[in-house]
Amino acid sequence: MSESFEPRIVGFLCNWCTYTAADSAGVSRMEQPPNVDVVRVMCSGRIDPVFILKAFAEGADGVIVSGCHPPGDCHYSNGNFKTFRRMPLLEMMLEQVGIDRGRFHWGWISGAEATKWAQLVRDFTAQVRALGPLDWKREIESKED
Amino acid sequence: MMDAGRHPNITLLTCSEVAEVSGYVGNFQVKVRQHPRYVNVDLCTGCGACTEACVLKKGVPNEFDAGLSRRKAVYVPMNGQGVPMKAVIDDQACLFLTRGKCTQACVEACPTQALVFDQPEQIHELDVGAIVVATGFEMFDPTRLSSYSYGKSPNIIDGLEFERLSSATGPTEGEILTAEGKKPERVAIIHCVGSRDENANRYCSRVCCMYALKHAHLVRDKTGAEVFEFYMDIRAFGKDYEEFYERVQQEGVYFVRGRGAEVLVLDGGQVQVRAENTNLGIPVAINVDMVVLATAMEAPRDTDAVASTLGISRSANGFFQEAHPKLRPFHTNTDGIFLAGSCQAPKDVPDTVAHASAAAAEALALLSRGEVVISPTIAVVDEQLCSSCKTCISLCPYSAISFVSEDTTGTAQVNEALCKGCGTCVAACPAGAITARHFSDLQILSEIEGLFALKV
Repeated sequence: MSESFEPRIVGFLCNWCTYTAADSAGVSRMEQPPNVDVVRVMCSGRIDPVFILKAFAEGADGVIVSGCHPPGDCHYSNGNFKTFRRMPLLEMMLEQVGIDRGRFHWGWISGAEATKWAQLVRDFTAQVRALGPLDWKREIESKED
Repeated sequence: MMDAGRHPNITLLTCSEVAEVSGYVGNFQVKVRQHPRYVNVDLCTGCGACTEACVLKKGVPNEFDAGLSRRKAVYVPMNGQGVPMKAVIDDQACLFLTRGKCTQACVEACPTQALVFDQPEQIHELDVGAIVVATGFEMFDPTRLSSYSYGKSPNIIDGLEFERLSSATGPTEGEILTAEGKKPERVAIIHCVGSRDENANRYCSRVCCMYALKHAHLVRDKTGAEVFEFYMDIRAFGKDYEEFYERVQQEGVYFVRGRGAEVLVLDGGQVQVRAENTNLGIPVAINVDMVVLATAMEAPRDTDAVASTLGISRSANGFFQEAHPKLRPFHTNTDGIFLAGSCQAPKDVPDTVAHASAAAAEALALLSRGEVVISPTIAVVDEQLCSSCKTCISLCPYSAISFVSEDTTGTAQVNEALCKGCGTCVAACPAGAITARHFSDLQILSEIEGLFALKV
């Protein structure tokens, strides 16, 4: 692991809560590392587990999924509950394909919790940096050959 | 209310409840169950002859006077002032309807033969474009907090009971009297009963400060009694309210800063209020003749049932949830259903009027437009790919997906007016048959590829 390793992280954020928090963290100039690329979806319930696998396969070293706090915060009544049920299953699957638990984070950040978002970005980036590069893409390609 | 009753375009359905709502904005089908009134409203003139004839001697507590007076089994609601001004029979109290035995003097007394004892329950099926919910509030029941001793003395009353006492149409014709029929010499008013209290409701009920100040003013004005107001903060939030607060202070009302902690009924029947005067830092105990509890507004007990019938949600404090606290305070998250008044949050009269007028205007604007603008960001089903598994149908929070079957096979279909575009069904569809417009799989996967196409 070289000292200059900067992890690439993809964040799947729901439009109404965490995306708003991330936006507000930016507008409020909160300090956060530039390692997270955000993909906006309307609801965390829209996040197909395939998206997360795709992100790892394309070269992500870590993935964040975040939506509105359960039970009542979801803009679409209960989309976050579907995330709540899907993500633990995906976590088990990630372990089976050899992706460290520490590379995947899922949780809840409301639109008013910009500081929580900035903190998550700082902590998670440090965590993934410590884990080193994943390079799942190369692993998959070498198996294909 | 009177104007609403008279308006040619408004039909009042009294004694009714909404039993079922289906459909969507512009095309709601509503089933209304109308309970029997036992009175033909076309014949009844509201003269009250039946009430005078009713043989129910003791009567039952009159809910309009908060139980301070009694009424007969047949009566014109609101002490004869109800809209429509027509009689109704209370089927829980009427001797004929409960026991089948009565001389039915009311029938003889009625000059227009308007009483119909075998009136059936009616179901109305209505096609409507918009729905305005105005189910109001319920007063906090102070027996839930035993420290106020409510119910242990008739001289410990809540805000609504005081309101009836001081009303010209109330049981004392507007005279403020204790249960013994005497003018009180000392009156305590306790703020925040059932609000700003971890043991009841955490929220501020907003209207109580101002109505408690009004009560203090009325007591000073009508009886000259000493008035003690136990308060934590006075929230005089509206136009001219602060000025009114100052006026009440100048009228000689004693303001004791500190929550009324306990109300005791003393041996002689007198009532004592204990509290901490936080300005002086000392505990105080004051003997009074009457205690008025400034009780909070609460969401009615059946709010949950109404919410599930209409398909709208509730906020943490129990009231109906608005679509946006600042910008869409009278919309719900279900298009075409609007909120008016204190069913959304505690409100005083001017706020209720403004809120309700806005809800009515929004409903009218929706109807007069004749068409609805919907978001393009919705889900669509590719019928060629749908494998008819119906997974999506149970997942949709808006019941926007239905199963359309022709012959033996069928496919899921999204109702464009109901779909809000959350995409839950898209993520779940095992056949990949549903596309979320603007957030399709292809778009999101390309976005991820795009992120990594760029080397950093």
